[in-house]
Amino acid sequence: MSIEGGIVVGKEILRSATKRLLRMHFEAGVGHIGGNLSVLPILLEIFHDVKLPDESVVLSKGHAAGALYVSLWTKGLLSDADLGTFHKDNTLLAGHPPATGLPEVPFATGSLGHGLPLANGLALAERLRGTSRRVFCVTSDGEWNEGSMWESLVFAAHQKLGNLCLIVDRNGLQGFGRTSEVADLEPLEQRFSAFQCDVHRVNAIEYGSLQPILRECSSDRPRVVIANTVKGRGISFMQNRMEWHYLPMSREQYDQALLEVCNG
Amino acid sequence: MRRAFCDGMVALCDDPDLVFLTGDLGFNALEPVRDRLAGRFINAGVAEQNMVGCGAGLARAGFRPWLYSIAPFLYARAFEQIRNDVCLHNLPVVLVGNGGGYGYGVMGATHHALEDYGVLLSLQDMRVLIPAFDSDLSVILPGLLRSAGPAYLRLGMQAPNLPEEPPWYQVWRKLLSGKNGLLISVGPLAGFHWQGLAELSEVDRPTIWCLAELPIRELPDVLLQDIRRSGLIVFAEEHVACGSAGREFSQLLLQQKVGDVNFVHLTAKGYPSGRYGSQGFHRTQSGLDEASVRTLFGA
Repeated sequence: MSIEGGIVVGKEILRSATKRLLRMHFEAGVGHIGGNLSVLPILLEIFHDVKLPDESVVLSKGHAAGALYVSLWTKGLLSDADLGTFHKDNTLLAGHPPATGLPEVPFATGSLGHGLPLANGLALAERLRGTSRRVFCVTSDGEWNEGSMWESLVFAAHQKLGNLCLIVDRNGLQGFGRTSEVADLEPLEQRFSAFQCDVHRVNAIEYGSLQPILRECSSDRPRVVIANTVKGRGISFMQNRMEWHYLPMSREQYDQALLEVCNG
Repeated sequence: MRRAFCDGMVALCDDPDLVFLTGDLGFNALEPVRDRLAGRFINAGVAEQNMVGCGAGLARAGFRPWLYSIAPFLYARAFEQIRNDVCLHNLPVVLVGNGGGYGYGVMGATHHALEDYGVLLSLQDMRVLIPAFDSDLSVILPGLLRSAGPAYLRLGMQAPNLPEEPPWYQVWRKLLSGKNGLLISVGPLAGFHWQGLAELSEVDRPTIWCLAELPIRELPDVLLQDIRRSGLIVFAEEHVACGSAGREFSQLLLQQKVGDVNFVHLTAKGYPSGRYGSQGFHRTQSGLDEASVRTLFGA
């Protein structure tokens, strides 16, 4: 399928996945929906149109586990019944990715700043094995407050891990404030460039922004994609609002959110 | 012991899955390992969190990573990476901490490892190995290369002048027989106690056992016999009391219904005088030195 054709399909997948994500969080009565909505187009595109079957994805922003589970659901790797266990007793689908049980999930994440060191190890392993397999690491923007991210970036660049693809979900909001107010990250391109990374910035509100950049990694520099997104993407009363890092939806809010996705 | 460790690692370098990462340490010791492993020897820089996470990633991909640093820089600095990235996934990552206990002596408190195995043994699936003698490494290292899960290797710094060749490595080893109570010492401390008590007559000296691996999975029958005929049991370790091997051992004694004994637990006391010195100085400050132990047994 052409990229254009894939994007049309991708947009339908995104709409379907957004609805399923909202339902899952509503039924579980849990929050974190804002950052799940922002990263969902990124994860869907990676799983459907970017990564090859034997390539790895590390979700460093583990609080977006819902978006990860729904992405796996769109690939047929989790069932509707599986998603129905989200956040319930005896589930595999905890609020943050599990350590075992999901072959597509290599690591339990959730404490921020862990994903990039882990991805470094996977990428280094591929290089030592002499393969061309890539490793995708999806981070939040707030987690670049963590020193471990920067020390890992130094390592990745020094080791010339050109098979490492970092995608930063740049939604501009973190746990208790805007990233610009808490610990300003900008100018982010210059910062990543100064660490000798191959840096790109895209708008990733819709499906289809990553494929042109991530179709292949050919340089010997880690590739960084700063993906401009919106926390609470597509839901009028959630967009760009910090409280949707935490709040569960009421019945009325869920109904309105679904309506907006269907009409969007 | 670091030299013996290096020699032992060189002997393992033909294993294609072995990857060695150091936190920018190992000058004048690890060069032969570096030269043998070439691209599989990586100086990860002064960045232990990345090193441990990276090790977990390598292990997930099927490699056998060994991570080396001064002990506290590894287990304390990168504790969450050890907890989440390594232990939650039960990955075969070997953490090599140089300078167990007061090993770095007058280098100061930041370089000491007084709570290392207590902290690490609180994590699921963690094994701790505390070689007592250089010769132990020729047995321990090949075993660690085949380890199914995470492990911590606590390397000592100084070597005692042993009265004779130490017995072949075992988790529990009897080093000396005596008739004046029982002394159990953990890791390299056992060699120093052996050195300090061997000259005493059999009547005046205690039986000495050495423990070299944690958690304690069993008490050998021969050790239990020694325990049951000893009125005084002294358990000595260069580690703080909290999370110690001695506390685990005393619980096992209760489970074995060994009750009527005088049990003395010698541990690292930190820095009671606020002064710093050699490893021997700190052992003396904590009552772990040979002379203090002799006094306990009235010798």
